[in-house]
Amino acid sequence: MRPIARAAIGLSVVITPLVAGCSSSDSAKRAPSPITLVAYDSFPTKDTALNAALDEFAQSTGIKVTVVTAGDAGTMLTKARLTAGNPEGDVMFGIDSTQLSAAIDDNVFAPYQPNGSNAISMNLASMVPGHELTPVDFGDVCINYDKEWFATNGIEPPGNLADLTKPEYKDLLVVENPSASSPGLAFLMATIAEFGDGWTDYWAQLRANGVTVVDGWDAAYYEDFSGAAGSTGDRPLVVSYGSSPPAEVIFADPPRTDAPTAVVDSTCFRQVEFAGVLRGTKHETEARQLVDFLVSSRFQSELPLGLFVYPARTGVALPEEFTKYTVVPTKTLSLDPATIAANRQKWQDEWTDIVLR
Amino acid sequence: MDRHRAALNRLPRSFVVVLATAPALFIVGFYAWPVVNLIWSTTRRTTAGSPFRHTTTIVWFTLWQAVVSTVLTLVAGLAPAYVLARYSFTGRRALLAMATVPFVLPTVAVGAAFLALLPDSWHGTARAMILAHVFFNVAVVVRLVGSMIAVIPHDLVGAARTLGANAAQATRLVLLPLLAPALWSAAAVIFLFSFTSFGVATLLGGPTHPTLEVEIARRATQLGDVRGAATLSIAQLVMLAVVIVWATRRQRRSALELTGATGSRRPRGRREQAFVVTVAVATVLAIGAPMAALVARSFDTGRGWSLAGWTKLGTAEVRPGVGLGVDPLASIGVSLRFAVVAALIACAIGFLAASAIAASPRLGRLLDTGLMLPLGTSAVTVGLGLLITFDVSPFDWRARWWFIPLGHALVAVPFVVRSLLTVLRTIPSDLHAAAATLGAAPIRAWWHVDARALRRPLLAGAGFSAAISLGEFGATTILTRSGRETLPIAINRLLGRSGGLPRAQAFAVATILLALTTVVVMVSGVSERLGSDRA
Repeated sequence: MRPIARAAIGLSVVITPLVAGCSSSDSAKRAPSPITLVAYDSFPTKDTALNAALDEFAQSTGIKVTVVTAGDAGTMLTKARLTAGNPEGDVMFGIDSTQLSAAIDDNVFAPYQPNGSNAISMNLASMVPGHELTPVDFGDVCINYDKEWFATNGIEPPGNLADLTKPEYKDLLVVENPSASSPGLAFLMATIAEFGDGWTDYWAQLRANGVTVVDGWDAAYYEDFSGAAGSTGDRPLVVSYGSSPPAEVIFADPPRTDAPTAVVDSTCFRQVEFAGVLRGTKHETEARQLVDFLVSSRFQSELPLGLFVYPARTGVALPEEFTKYTVVPTKTLSLDPATIAANRQKWQDEWTDIVLR
Repeated sequence: MDRHRAALNRLPRSFVVVLATAPALFIVGFYAWPVVNLIWSTTRRTTAGSPFRHTTTIVWFTLWQAVVSTVLTLVAGLAPAYVLARYSFTGRRALLAMATVPFVLPTVAVGAAFLALLPDSWHGTARAMILAHVFFNVAVVVRLVGSMIAVIPHDLVGAARTLGANAAQATRLVLLPLLAPALWSAAAVIFLFSFTSFGVATLLGGPTHPTLEVEIARRATQLGDVRGAATLSIAQLVMLAVVIVWATRRQRRSALELTGATGSRRPRGRREQAFVVTVAVATVLAIGAPMAALVARSFDTGRGWSLAGWTKLGTAEVRPGVGLGVDPLASIGVSLRFAVVAALIACAIGFLAASAIAASPRLGRLLDTGLMLPLGTSAVTVGLGLLITFDVSPFDWRARWWFIPLGHALVAVPFVVRSLLTVLRTIPSDLHAAAATLGAAPIRAWWHVDARALRRPLLAGAGFSAAISLGEFGATTILTRSGRETLPIAINRLLGRSGGLPRAQAFAVATILLALTTVVVMVSGVSERLGSDRA
């Protein structure tokens, strides 16, 4: 007995300081950890007002934020679903309303109701009753056209979705792949909202009419669309945002007073973007603080000119340049979230068969 | 001789078991268990199964492009194989290296090279894919069939001609039956590589021509349909197993013993010289053209010639603050780090395994077969199995820095084992006996004799593993994490953009990857061992 007792005492002498060492370093007031914000490709990683806002956040809280881009929003979410519980970062920004159900069903996010969530517009907040995600902004996905191209070629711009299958618009449209891209998926939803079961025929006709498909919005807008400043593209029609025309004016160099592009009003689909704490993050406290910041007035006021979207928070003043060139569509197309949840994957598969195979 | 050696200085059985433990755990833990788990997951996961309407079309396409690739490669490879096996001429070694190196080049870099070479109308077509498959696999014909041609006695065909056969008859009745076993095994290898083609199929076939492998990856990484992907993976695994078993049988049935090597000679007469020169020039052009096009296009940003593709690597922006979503310079570091780790893992496991296999024939055969299994499995399947198996604590290793290199090592280990075994089996047993006479215990003798002899083949194995890791695309596509992209992933993402600058950058990065791989292969002496080791 005695040797065992002695061994036990010896062991406890060795272990106690170790354990104590652990707990004391845990309880000690430690510096906040730097965290990673995972976002889609077109989220700026440096040098913009949005990044300046994130730097301010770092200064006031001590939490440094690194932005990692993870492809277009569709790719980003799939990756998040495959890594659920062991995420690539701490907070994810840019999950949109068409992907909401997949993100929630696969348990990608740790529910959190941020400080300041009462200031978020009610109809947006009600989309996530379980608080898995927090609405940050919204906008419209619409067909954009290059005004100059249509003027030079003496062709009327299309007036609605059905027009796009007409011969005069052959080989003019570029869209994003709905399996990889968030605006691509929104546009597919727009066509389903417009044509119902006839959407498959519509896309077959679009294909016959020479639609081009690329994987992401960046590539479609800046590399294939002819209307974007500095673009080498030659297609005058693109799936982009209702707020893309003001972006063209604001970024114009040399400055200009009117937008070189415009939106086809009747083709718009309302899209809400969300952020959330990724389940499995080792820095939950810091991650939550960042989500608080994303819906704070400070960050929300940068969204219109930073990402060209409307802030989800009510009472945020919109800059004049933004409101002046943004067309608010008279009516937007929409689909019931439950219908989207039940059919999204089936639609993506059917779309791939019709358009790509 | 073996018995003599066994009696004199045999390794203790327990030591062999110790040697075999790590490789056995490695293959069971990181290959067998994930594959079992994959099969199990197809019944367990609850993702809404979507209709596989076009699965038959995809299987059919995968199959026919693989058959066409195989036949064309055999046809294209015969002439260089013949010339390299039969004739000695200045530059023969260089030509041999040039014809065999493509086999270890990264699929994504070669895919990019063909995108650079072929006109836009060929992009996204089956013929572009098939052409690249031929480019890769001519090496297999040169090595496998070439080594057979080298041992067919010259006078056999001559005898047939003397007996009244014309050239065609002599070829059909004498040459082909003799070459049959080599042709079949070459065909099997080429078919397997073309059937599971991923990098080439992704880049050159495009979304309109998916192979099974591409569809599996698309389901998993774009749709998040793991169950659908796993189902297709299992189906592909079964098809591959059928082909491998059939090919092995076929090869055994037509196996022939040939004795007496005949060696090569200088081409005689005008016609032979013209033949050799034509074949050599054609081979050099066919292999050099895609490389040259790749380098040239990295200077073409769509607005004339420019250095922007190189100078703006990692800094190009699409609008203020928004980059291209991938950092090519950082990915060089990531790739190199992964290559070193993969090589270390593969060499450690391969060294232990080869030693155990050489020491114990019975235990060895089992281990050898087990370690070969990942080769008969598609890379995407290996990645998918790892991803869905190691996702639960305390085995949640998806974010660990060694996880992706470990996947690379799974594919590399069999090559390291082959490379080591060839040497181990040629160590004269006298050396062990001599060591014993000088008083060395078996384990000490093993360390001084065997382990030492393995230095050069280990270096080659490390080089081969590094080359595989640098170019690996299938498993990496599944396991990659944002902000830690490897070179092939970076190239693929840049090629997904249609602008002139991203494309020039993609070609520049592919050039870097090609250069890195070539250097690794040359320095480690892999190119000299490519033939029998890889077969």
